[in-house]
Amino acid sequence: MGDFGKIVAKRKRQDFAFNIIGIVCTLIGIVTLGALLVDLLIDGIGRLDLGFLTSFPSRFADRAGILSSWVGTLLIMIVTAFTAVPLGVAAGVYLEEYARKNWLTNLIEINIANLAGVPSIIYGLMALGLLVYKFRLGQSVLTGGLTLAFLILPIVIVATREALRTIPQGIRESAYALGSTKWQVVRHHLLPYSIGGTMTGIIIALSRAIGETAPLITIGALTFIAFLPPPPISAQPPFLSFEWLWSPFSVLPIQMFNWVSRPDQEFVVNAAAAGLVLIVVTLSLNAIAIIIRYRVRKRIKW
Amino acid sequence: MRAQLDDRRLPKQMTTNDHRDVAAGPGVAEVKHKHGEQGHPVKAEVAGLNFFYGRVQALKNINLVFPANQVGAIIGPSGCGKSTLLRCFNRIHDLYPETRYEGKIILQPSGINLIGPETDPLEMRLRMSMVFQKPNAFPKSVFENVAFGLRLRGVKGKQLEEQVEQSLRLAALWEEVKDRLKQSAYTLSGGQQQRLCIARALATDPEMLLFDEPTSALDPIATAKIENLIFELKSRVTVIIVTHNMQQAARVSDFTAFMYLGELIEVLPTKQMFENPTKKLTEDYITGHFG
Repeated sequence: MGDFGKIVAKRKRQDFAFNIIGIVCTLIGIVTLGALLVDLLIDGIGRLDLGFLTSFPSRFADRAGILSSWVGTLLIMIVTAFTAVPLGVAAGVYLEEYARKNWLTNLIEINIANLAGVPSIIYGLMALGLLVYKFRLGQSVLTGGLTLAFLILPIVIVATREALRTIPQGIRESAYALGSTKWQVVRHHLLPYSIGGTMTGIIIALSRAIGETAPLITIGALTFIAFLPPPPISAQPPFLSFEWLWSPFSVLPIQMFNWVSRPDQEFVVNAAAAGLVLIVVTLSLNAIAIIIRYRVRKRIKW
Repeated sequence: MRAQLDDRRLPKQMTTNDHRDVAAGPGVAEVKHKHGEQGHPVKAEVAGLNFFYGRVQALKNINLVFPANQVGAIIGPSGCGKSTLLRCFNRIHDLYPETRYEGKIILQPSGINLIGPETDPLEMRLRMSMVFQKPNAFPKSVFENVAFGLRLRGVKGKQLEEQVEQSLRLAALWEEVKDRLKQSAYTLSGGQQQRLCIARALATDPEMLLFDEPTSALDPIATAKIENLIFELKSRVTVIIVTHNMQQAARVSDFTAFMYLGELIEVLPTKQMFENPTKKLTEDYITGHFG
């Protein structure tokens, strides 16, 4: 019996030791992120006011704002979402539901996974060569949006497929057994039932795209821009205008990068404030993704 | 071939021995039952059916007749091919690659070969209905679950509502759900969900109703309700039920087919199957010596 006591005590010490190691490992990540946030808050919160959001960049740090860069970020994200989502979802549905499983689809699958790992600056180079020089789209919002769309396309495809895979095969069989065509099964069942997972993936992808800097610098985003693109809605017919697609742009991370690289301490404070805005937007997007996932999971239990 | 089948639709005595000329050869089950005695015309005739998953032959020369408005049970141990046989009837196998049919399943009175290469699987699925092992209710409202098959067939408006109600009544579910048609089907109990699936299957007025172990996920009370339902439904539709529960086969079916290792061992009127089977293998299975 004494032996058992010793063994148990030893095992319990080991258990306790791993517990501590696990806590430390977990905290390293969280504390780092927390420290970063606190640092940004301390540096930037004082600079953050309505004027900062509604002013163009300026030579004078206290008058400089992020109006053109957050509008740029917003427009770029609109272009990215409107191109990456339909392309990615359609490709995901095709690969998961339509494509025959053979060596070709396997090859495509492996390469989509590879694409997700390609450094973002490579996408920038590709966009510079293809979109800017070949297709002559210019260093525009359209080019920027398409570049980031390419970048997140693999993430959207993978998220769509994962979401489709969670739907039990019995649901598909039941829908087919009622006489549905493949498209009817996709349209009336698979897309609605997988929307939670797909939306989550899309939002996570967009929140990655929103912080991208390298590919946009490569295609020639501006670092100083003191005007807004033409508005999409006008008072005269045809009321809708897509002129803004061709407008030059800047985005939040590029504005930050520009400010940080100045020697003047005042601009570094501006960068911290802009960083705060960026991180709040990103975390909000992620929070929306979590809420969607939670609500859908509550509604659909397989 | 066609004339011969048409003959059989007459209410004469049918024996499955007639199939020998359709698909003669080794392995033809000795079928001596006379389940057509009350004069039920043939609804479906399986003749020389082989089925393959890739290179694996899952069904071997199946010959079997399903008379109209009768309940036919298919029993046998796991892996015997009973579900595979059932799933030939709505061509659900066609969803998967490397599946192959040989032989015929002739559907009467149209005389169409269900598994013929010229037959569109989609059309067959529009004419058949299947209820699966798990209650596969869609994550939609109760109403939409039943309405889905009807919408696919272009039914709309008032007629849609009437047919949904009628189907829910047939499935003995109307009284329980009439006040919650807009609620998610997932708020129903497992047994209710399975009856919802039966309502969904009935709504499209199918030629045959295929049950694939419909109660194996349900408790005894829910099971009894569904068994009663199956028994009542045969006046409207021809039923095939695959089950691994022999008491269930005994309770609901008019005739029973016993399968083993992809072969049809024998088909007998249910009473005789469970009291006095002709084959030793059948008797061993029914008395629980294997399976």
